Amino acid sequence: MKFHFKTSYEQDIRIFEDRAKAGWYGLLALLAAAAPYLLDEYMLGELTLMLIWALAGLGLMLLAGHTGQPSLGHAAFLACGAYMEVWLAERGVPFPISFPLAGLFAGVVGALIAVPALKMSGIYLAIATLAVGIITEDVIILLEDFTGGIGGVYAPSITLLGTDIDRYADGGRPFYWLCLAALIAVNLIYLNILRSPTGRAFVAIRDSEVSARAMGVNVARYKTLAFGLSCFFTGLAGALLAHFLGAFNYEAFLVLISVQMLLMVTIGGLGSIHGAYLGAIVVVFLPQAIVRLREQVAELMGAGNASIPGLDTGVFALVLIAFILIEPTGLYGRWLKIRTFFELFPLYRKDMFKRHKSFLKTERMK
Amino acid sequence: MDFSQLLVGGIANGCVYGLVALGFVLIYKATEAVNFAQGDMMMLGAFIALQAVNEDRWGLPFALGLALAVVLMGAISWAIEVAIIRRLFGQPQFAVVILTIALGFVLRFVAGVIWGHEPQTLQTPMAGRQFELGPVSVGYDEAFVILATAALTLLLYLFFARTKLGIAMQAASQNQLAAYYVGVPVKRVSSMIWALSGMLATVAGVLFAAKGSIDPSAGLLGIKAFAAAVIGGFGSLPGALLGGLLIGLVETFAARYGAAGYSQIAPYAIMLLVLVLRPNGLFAQFAQKKV
Repeated sequence: MKFHFKTSYEQDIRIFEDRAKAGWYGLLALLAAAAPYLLDEYMLGELTLMLIWALAGLGLMLLAGHTGQPSLGHAAFLACGAYMEVWLAERGVPFPISFPLAGLFAGVVGALIAVPALKMSGIYLAIATLAVGIITEDVIILLEDFTGGIGGVYAPSITLLGTDIDRYADGGRPFYWLCLAALIAVNLIYLNILRSPTGRAFVAIRDSEVSARAMGVNVARYKTLAFGLSCFFTGLAGALLAHFLGAFNYEAFLVLISVQMLLMVTIGGLGSIHGAYLGAIVVVFLPQAIVRLREQVAELMGAGNASIPGLDTGVFALVLIAFILIEPTGLYGRWLKIRTFFELFPLYRKDMFKRHKSFLKTERMK
Repeated sequence: MDFSQLLVGGIANGCVYGLVALGFVLIYKATEAVNFAQGDMMMLGAFIALQAVNEDRWGLPFALGLALAVVLMGAISWAIEVAIIRRLFGQPQFAVVILTIALGFVLRFVAGVIWGHEPQTLQTPMAGRQFELGPVSVGYDEAFVILATAALTLLLYLFFARTKLGIAMQAASQNQLAAYYVGVPVKRVSSMIWALSGMLATVAGVLFAAKGSIDPSAGLLGIKAFAAAVIGGFGSLPGALLGGLLIGLVETFAARYGAAGYSQIAPYAIMLLVLVLRPNGLFAQFAQKKV
């Protein structure tokens, strides 16, 4: 077991704890960059989708995991980013400009929505964001000039450094690298936010709004900022998703997608960047696993390929229930426990990660 | 004429929303948790009633089938509380939100597997019959919905205000630990409230199915009932009912007079407006948090 004896604040806020960790993450980045040469086209497409969901997950993680403001309507900001990107691309705005603009648009919309949401907390916020998520569908259909209504829109391919990039060009490799680069950039921004006073303020608000205020955090300002940043990240993911889907309409942003995003960060582990990635892996690859499993079961039973509608969501929901009951800290929390077990072997104690129970005390007056 | 006809239809719709909203409020009042699966419990209750009552299923008499569905659904809700929700005791409120959302998906999936995804009709003695009330013709189903809702609301109000159990439930909702110290069996009370809310959901589901058809995604109606509960302030039983009526009326009138596409948004727009102007509902019950 390694022990980090920190002698300065600089050391405390380093992005990588030590050289070994930096090395591991570097190796992972190399592996991710080399993935197009290791996988076939189909798997690469799935991996690209996973990166996009991870980016969206990072957005929601900042809000739900680090600021403690659950949002059940994040598909709305995914839609903002996607439609804005297509709108700009159709008007000939080059991708390096339209991409951040699309994210910015989603961020501004998010910050505007945050202003009334500031007064709410807990379930009221969840419900209000749920309402935003539900309205999204109808609003997309109503804003026909901008969104193409029910028919949807086509995303033109990206022209970057003289080459056309879209999902299918050159086996999807350039698009994969583009997504990977965007994800790594956002991840670095995220890490830097977390170790800055802004990030500390977010975490303080999550842990206790009252204490944060007492320590001089401007709660309203930082909540708005968290909303804006979170929606900015999610909008970027939306812009990439637009190019990934190629053609899409309101059905890509149903309220179920919002719920799925929230489930994603919960399964991954709220309050950790790793959680967004792990959640995205589950969301993208679990349906695949279910299909494979169903085929095998059908083969064993000798029956035809009987498909059960809604099986994916059903299994997904069951997995989620299992997680909340058995491992509320998500996949990343479980990983931490396993790692600690081996690091401390044989000194690990069962209740090392035990959390304080909080009992309900209402603030209602009647 | 047109106006009063719409009024009756809107009130009947609103009563169903109000009843589902009452279910939310019950659980919220007793455990401060929000059951996002309430709409799906409503759907399941309606399907159980349909299974019991319809000719091509068990073909029981309507009243008997309804009673059976209510009892069964109460048992199922009780079991859900004991098996799943109770284990979240002492965890953050938000865990329950996510859990009940997932639970809703599971219930929808189960109902889809058992009863299929096509809309089905519940055969009721009220179907297709109506009487004249002045210039307005009122369907038996609409009258049944309105009367049943009024009766249930009164009953619930008396239950919470007058009975020992109702008061114990209120105590458990205000301070779990303190309630436990003064002798309220907090866990059992919370099971009971879930069972009660499941029964209420069944009644709402049957009323809903009596007015039209039912399919596994009918639970999404629960979200409209949310709007109702929020407008009412979430902790208030009469508020939930009023909110339900408001949503039902607005929806009906918006569908008739409003532009196409805008009427679906109307209930949520009102809810957002209420949340912006009065973040704790029209009947606010919160005070500034004390440390």
